[in-house]
Amino acid sequence: MTEFTMRTGTGKPLYMTKEQIRSDLEDGTNWATTKAKIPELSGNEIDHILGILTRPGRQIGVEQGKGIVLTTDGGTSRYTGICRYSAMPVSREQAVIIGERFIGFDTFEIGHADYSFRPVKTIAMDEATVIENTELNSVIPVFYGAMPNLGIYFQSQGGKWPSPTDFMNEGKIDEARAVQESAAEDMTNDIVYVAKIFAKTGLDGLDIDTTAAAGDADFYGTLKAIETIKKETDLALEVGMAGEKVFGLHADLKYEGERLAGMWPHQQGLMVEKAGGDIFGAVINTDTGKSCPWNLARSITFVKEVMKTVTIPVHPNMGMGVGGIPMCEVIPMDVVTRSGVAMVELTNCDGV
Amino acid sequence: MDLAYRMSIGMGGIGTAGDIVARLQMTKRMKLDAAKEYVAKKLGVDQFTLHDTLQMRDIRDEIELGSITALPGKAKGIESKARIAEFFDIKINSVERLKKKLSLGI
Repeated sequence: MTEFTMRTGTGKPLYMTKEQIRSDLEDGTNWATTKAKIPELSGNEIDHILGILTRPGRQIGVEQGKGIVLTTDGGTSRYTGICRYSAMPVSREQAVIIGERFIGFDTFEIGHADYSFRPVKTIAMDEATVIENTELNSVIPVFYGAMPNLGIYFQSQGGKWPSPTDFMNEGKIDEARAVQESAAEDMTNDIVYVAKIFAKTGLDGLDIDTTAAAGDADFYGTLKAIETIKKETDLALEVGMAGEKVFGLHADLKYEGERLAGMWPHQQGLMVEKAGGDIFGAVINTDTGKSCPWNLARSITFVKEVMKTVTIPVHPNMGMGVGGIPMCEVIPMDVVTRSGVAMVELTNCDGV
Repeated sequence: MDLAYRMSIGMGGIGTAGDIVARLQMTKRMKLDAAKEYVAKKLGVDQFTLHDTLQMRDIRDEIELGSITALPGKAKGIESKARIAEFFDIKINSVERLKKKLSLGI
């Protein structure tokens, strides 16, 4: 029986027959369907993905003329002096030009090593000069990326507010909710503060990345920030999520009358669109205990529903540990290109 | 990973028309097909050409929209963005700022 080289959720080679791959694809789409109550992939769609995954060659591509727009999160971080990436002695201004003229990126992103709005707030003026220098020399649109990261507003992570989980452990649910609301307000103010400074530089857009990592209060605070930024600046906003489901650490926060806790990607995208976001970055986390075919089918099932529901451009995240890509630092190009092609061909997404 | 995505699914940035399509998504919330159609119509080419580095290099060079090759005398950086803003009727923040700083009523 012919075996094909697939990948585990951690990136290790996994040798599977067509029947085994099909079985994992069916299980993956079934997971999304059962949990989120959205349509599953059809038999033809499963066959389509199977064909892509078993296509010969160490890398594959979409048809000529079918390319999509690439946005990044991390962006310049991967080209500059950051040890979790290449740690190259290159400035961020230079990295954007490398991305533009050497790699051929459609957009690029500047970010700070401590990739959250709160630490960026204290150095926003310095970051602004990097953006100004970049905007003079670059042609492609430039984003500045950072995470809302509500978690770092709590004392357990060096923040100002008592940890809501401490209150929860004591059964003080009202206090746990109140402290999340206060922290979220601080977070909203920080994001808006940074955005207003960057809006003076000529920056093209802000990439609000890993939204809702600390649950529904994180999401709520971000949506409120989006509203204000769109009213008071000309910045484009790309809003990427943290996962396929919004955790209900508060569980009673609503936006536009909809409870945020428990929202799936197609529901998250609608909230981002209503708040004023311009591009939605759907995120489906990789289950490292499953194969990449399983994770890919689950991701595509979710993104197909996002494409049906959301009218703004959709760029599903397909980096380390999301969108069917394995959780590993150096990702093999066989799985990157096959997952990318499958996502584009099956969902007609606007970018990645 | 960046190079793999660029090669397998990316439009190609300033090597093609990827940056301009991206700007339409960002500033006008256009979906991919609508944005490609808009750019193709403005340039008077088909959608395949938008992805073709050979043809787009000549087109970008002629209109001075910025290109991979750094030809002397051609528009670069913010000069190219000013021309993109004008040609495609796209608001570009850095170009708006430049106009203000130059105090030009253009």
